[in-house]
Amino acid sequence: MAEGKEALFSKQNKALLSDPLNDNNPISVQVLGICSALAITVQLKPAVVMSLAVLFVVIASNVIVSLIRNLIPGRIRIIVQLLIVASLVILVDQVLKAYAYDVSKELSVFVGLIITNCIVMGRLEAFALANGPWKSFLDGVGNGAGYALILVLVAVFRELLGSGKLFGIEILGHKAKTIADSTGLYALGYENNGFMLLSPMALITVGIIIWVQRSKNRKLIEQH
Amino acid sequence: MDFLRKKFDEIRKPFNKGGKLEKFAPAINSIDTLLFVPKHNTSKGAHIRDGVDLKRVMVTVIFALLPAMFFGMYNLGYQHFSQLGESTAFIDCIIFGAWKFLPMLLVSYGVGLAIEIAFAIYNQHEVNEGYLVSGMLIPLIMPVDFPLWMLAVSVVFAVFIGKEAFGGTGMNIFNPALIARAFAFFSYAPQMSGDKVWVADASTIDAVSGETILGQLAAGTEPGWSVMDMFLGFIPGSVGETSVLAILIGAAVLIFTGVGSWKIITGTFVGGAVMALIFNTLGVNDLMNFPWWQHLLVGGFAFGAVFMATDPVSGAQTEKGKWIYGILIGFFAILIRVFNGAYPEGMMMAILLMNVFAPTIDHYVIAGNIKKRKNRLKAA
Repeated sequence: MAEGKEALFSKQNKALLSDPLNDNNPISVQVLGICSALAITVQLKPAVVMSLAVLFVVIASNVIVSLIRNLIPGRIRIIVQLLIVASLVILVDQVLKAYAYDVSKELSVFVGLIITNCIVMGRLEAFALANGPWKSFLDGVGNGAGYALILVLVAVFRELLGSGKLFGIEILGHKAKTIADSTGLYALGYENNGFMLLSPMALITVGIIIWVQRSKNRKLIEQH
Repeated sequence: MDFLRKKFDEIRKPFNKGGKLEKFAPAINSIDTLLFVPKHNTSKGAHIRDGVDLKRVMVTVIFALLPAMFFGMYNLGYQHFSQLGESTAFIDCIIFGAWKFLPMLLVSYGVGLAIEIAFAIYNQHEVNEGYLVSGMLIPLIMPVDFPLWMLAVSVVFAVFIGKEAFGGTGMNIFNPALIARAFAFFSYAPQMSGDKVWVADASTIDAVSGETILGQLAAGTEPGWSVMDMFLGFIPGSVGETSVLAILIGAAVLIFTGVGSWKIITGTFVGGAVMALIFNTLGVNDLMNFPWWQHLLVGGFAFGAVFMATDPVSGAQTEKGKWIYGILIGFFAILIRVFNGAYPEGMMMAILLMNVFAPTIDHYVIAGNIKKRKNRLKAA
């Protein structure tokens, strides 16, 4: 069907937005972009910034590649895509360095590594090369949001249980040197879970999310 | 006996088919078969005429654990009172030890079995007996002053992630008790290591120092315990791990009944001895100079070799594989002890590591056997 005649938010287009959030989530179903999900989810703040950065890069690169998809020679398309993604990532990196230096230092190399994030390249190859700019835009929003959803979820668990904070604010009370000086849960003898700060626990958290998702959404379970 | 049976049948009436509480049948069935001999017999096919089932195997292991457990309770009291300079009457020590240890045991069984039964009801299968042993092992390998709620969290993690995620009893790739300990170790390091956790109340009473022998060696101080103390178990440590004598009694029970593999146990000791001998000849630091045979007496080495490495689910299955598996456990345990300052005890890591490799070992042993037979066929 011709692109101009389709409604902006037809059923098909809505699915582009909602599918990556659940049935086709880039992290929990396609298991892409795991490395950054493990590395920068110790605290919520870098996880949110990282999510926004990836969201921007996926959307922008999807739209740009979709616009010039008929001009790109098939044989060098990967290089062209890389060039576009790399320019966008450098842009993000410079903006972060200028306006959010602390977070940028925390994210360190992982902003640069968005270039190799499988989700970005995957969407370009699988979607943007074959679809128009509007659909590519929606696909970018959907996948970026699906990535952000898992990242934020994992980071909430890890920061809350690992350091008792969210966004650096002490949620569970203040932990002093002795129990008598502590407040909140710490006054009852509660302790932070140090394992949550180590990356194996991020992997286990992602695993638990996948477990819960599949037991709720039975059609995702592979048949052998 | 008849009277008790009738009484129990009355209690379980609502759980039977068509009853009000039918959904919760797995819970009552597990209690039933634990208390009474099951009524159903094997009816067809070739079979061994013996009533051995998973429950009896598990109960055998529990009997084997009893000496280590009772000595552990006694030693809890002994360490506490002797460090304070008070009298160490046998009965006082046992009562103090029981006072400290039984709550840990209760929490471990209560939390673990609750999750097992919940899973059994949710999936509508019978409750498996695997947790009977894990639930007893877990408090035995924890330090005495480990807070109970942390113990509960570790048990939850071990049963959920270590066992049920893989499909329940018999499907787990790691030893669940060691998963609980590893989780506790990485989550709550201050409560699981150092010099203040191994003797009861060491963290609150200054006069008490509770450094383990391996901890002292890692810190570069001379351990002040005689070899006899190490063998009999009058040393600080996790509750069940200190007495090699009690553990050897357990080992004898396991080997005699055929529940535990003597090949794994012997292999582990041989592997550890060889590795420690190699380090003895190098002799660079205190841990390397520690006599090789004393390495086998201290820490969790003996307990791990007898009760953890022999876990039939997570260990190697083939006969030759059991030797390789055991020897490598001993080998890595001493290696980690000597070279990793952050972990004075390497047994936990060594067994978990070899749990991962057990299927690979089995695979190559079987492949080698197939090759050997093929060659024999060719020759003939």
